[in-house]
Amino acid sequence: MYRIPREKLDQLFALTAEKETLYIPTDATSGIAQFKKWNEGMKMSEKLKTSRSAKDFFFPQTEALVNFKISGKKIDIIDPREECEDFVIFGVRACDAKSFEILDSVFLVDPVDTYYKNRREHGTIVTLACSRPSESCFCTTFDIDPTEPAGDVSAWMTDDSVYFKANTEKGEKYIALVSSLLEETDGADVDAQKVATKEILGKLPFANLKKDAFGGGKTEQYFGSPKWAELSEACLGCGTCTFVCPTCQCYDIRDFDTGHGINRFRCWDSCMYSDFTKMAHGNPRLSQKERFRQRFMHKLVYYPENHDEVFACVGCGRCVEKCPISMNIVKVMKTLGEEEAK
Amino acid sequence: MNMNLETLIPIVGVVTEVKQDTPDIKNFRVVGRDGKKPIQHMPGQCAMVSIPGVGEAMFSITSSPTNEDYIEFEIKKCGCLTNWLHMIEAGQEITVRGPYGNAFPVDDAFAGHDLLIIAGGVGLAPVRSVINYCRHHRDRYGKIDIVYGSRSKEDLAFYDEIINEWMSPDEKDVHVHLTIDREQENWDGHVGFVPNYVKELGFDTDKIAILCGPPIMIKFTLAGLKEIGFSEQQIYTTLELKMKCGVGKCGRCNVGSKYVCKDGPVFRMDELSELPDEY
Repeated sequence: MYRIPREKLDQLFALTAEKETLYIPTDATSGIAQFKKWNEGMKMSEKLKTSRSAKDFFFPQTEALVNFKISGKKIDIIDPREECEDFVIFGVRACDAKSFEILDSVFLVDPVDTYYKNRREHGTIVTLACSRPSESCFCTTFDIDPTEPAGDVSAWMTDDSVYFKANTEKGEKYIALVSSLLEETDGADVDAQKVATKEILGKLPFANLKKDAFGGGKTEQYFGSPKWAELSEACLGCGTCTFVCPTCQCYDIRDFDTGHGINRFRCWDSCMYSDFTKMAHGNPRLSQKERFRQRFMHKLVYYPENHDEVFACVGCGRCVEKCPISMNIVKVMKTLGEEEAK
Repeated sequence: MNMNLETLIPIVGVVTEVKQDTPDIKNFRVVGRDGKKPIQHMPGQCAMVSIPGVGEAMFSITSSPTNEDYIEFEIKKCGCLTNWLHMIEAGQEITVRGPYGNAFPVDDAFAGHDLLIIAGGVGLAPVRSVINYCRHHRDRYGKIDIVYGSRSKEDLAFYDEIINEWMSPDEKDVHVHLTIDREQENWDGHVGFVPNYVKELGFDTDKIAILCGPPIMIKFTLAGLKEIGFSEQQIYTTLELKMKCGVGKCGRCNVGSKYVCKDGPVFRMDELSELPDEY
């Protein structure tokens, strides 16, 4: 394990940014925390998490897929892909770090999504352990340990120091890059922080939320539940939950006429939207109930069924905080889970 | 099989022939810019067809893989993209990518069996690939029965091909049973809906049934087949849902935990019965 005094963090950022593009969570003037490209004088946010998840780094809200030039009956296809530059994301929380694995098992399985892979391969993830988890957190429900975050490098911040541990080859490379600022140390302070954080985790409102009632093979059990109607009845269908969700990966493909050609792009889409499954001949998910059910069945049953019982939720709590009608996966799990317990 | 499968980038296809097949269905022949077949597929597989700036959608490849010169799409005018496709002329370039999805198990489960192919309307498109593949490899299959129905005689897709080829006296043990929804002049064939016609015809149950058509036809035909003794393991169908990526990632064509674009579009009825009723 390595250590750097906290006051030297700015130097570490500067050294990192000399070699690679660096992103850190920082407070915007609006008061929200957001990942931004580091520049001289930028301070890291003290907030627990960024408003948007970190999925943008690998799966941006919109991106160019392919361009077309049309002349008469002829079409020319232009591939806009460029090799991505190396970058470092500093301060990713354990929940968001886990979400990358969940996205990987969608985008990196055959046929590989080369747009995603290009970014993923060039990104080095430095995670930051949580020491002040919030009331909306429930990552432990999904077996995530926020005191031991994954990523290429794990970091812990105490009152006076930041500690680092490399987990991957990429992580070793990063440690080597900034080694001039680091000193080797034992992890005694880190261990003390872990114990203190775990104590807080045990007292959080959702500390006892269990996923055991869900998982692959439970489609028949939950799909027809009468509870869906009640749970979804106030849903606005705004899609906010899907956009702030670090694991939601549904996308749309659309064309834009630039006047000089056609740019085909992909952008985030939401299963909460009425036109998500709408076809010329009809729509298999006619009301918000079906759309709402799809989102939670996917996270709690379909995804685990297809991916070795890993759930498509990391308990980051963003949907809990952002939903305008205060509906969320925790309420869904509790309501349907109660049914199971009967 | 396809260089572009790992990406969402299509290739250029040239429409070499457009044929008005029924009042609202056209047939499109497509080759690559090199004049050769742009996609190698198996019966039941689909491809994404696009007019850049208009849209992209999944269509089943209606030609048989045994056709080595071109691929064909049989497209009904029913939405934005299909309206545009119906306006294009021969020589127009479009984009294609694929093939996507699984295929009918023509070389495995179907081999050596009698086949009962049931289609309604434009639903003949995916199974026509099966029919012509099996006709090409005629000795690999037993008796082939085809029950096909549409609203009227004019709405029967591939009518000329059915009459001149499938119903040709030279054809070996291929039996076509046509039906239309309502009586009309110049029609002395059967009148009535497909599900009832299937029951009337009363087939032996030692065969494999392949269904494609509007959901309502599938529902009643399936019930009818079960009534006359078919098991779900003997019945195959193909589904169609809204798709964007074609590779199981954009997240919209799932029925339960299965993606129609990747795990389908072909499903055996017992597999489909295990999935929630949301298609």
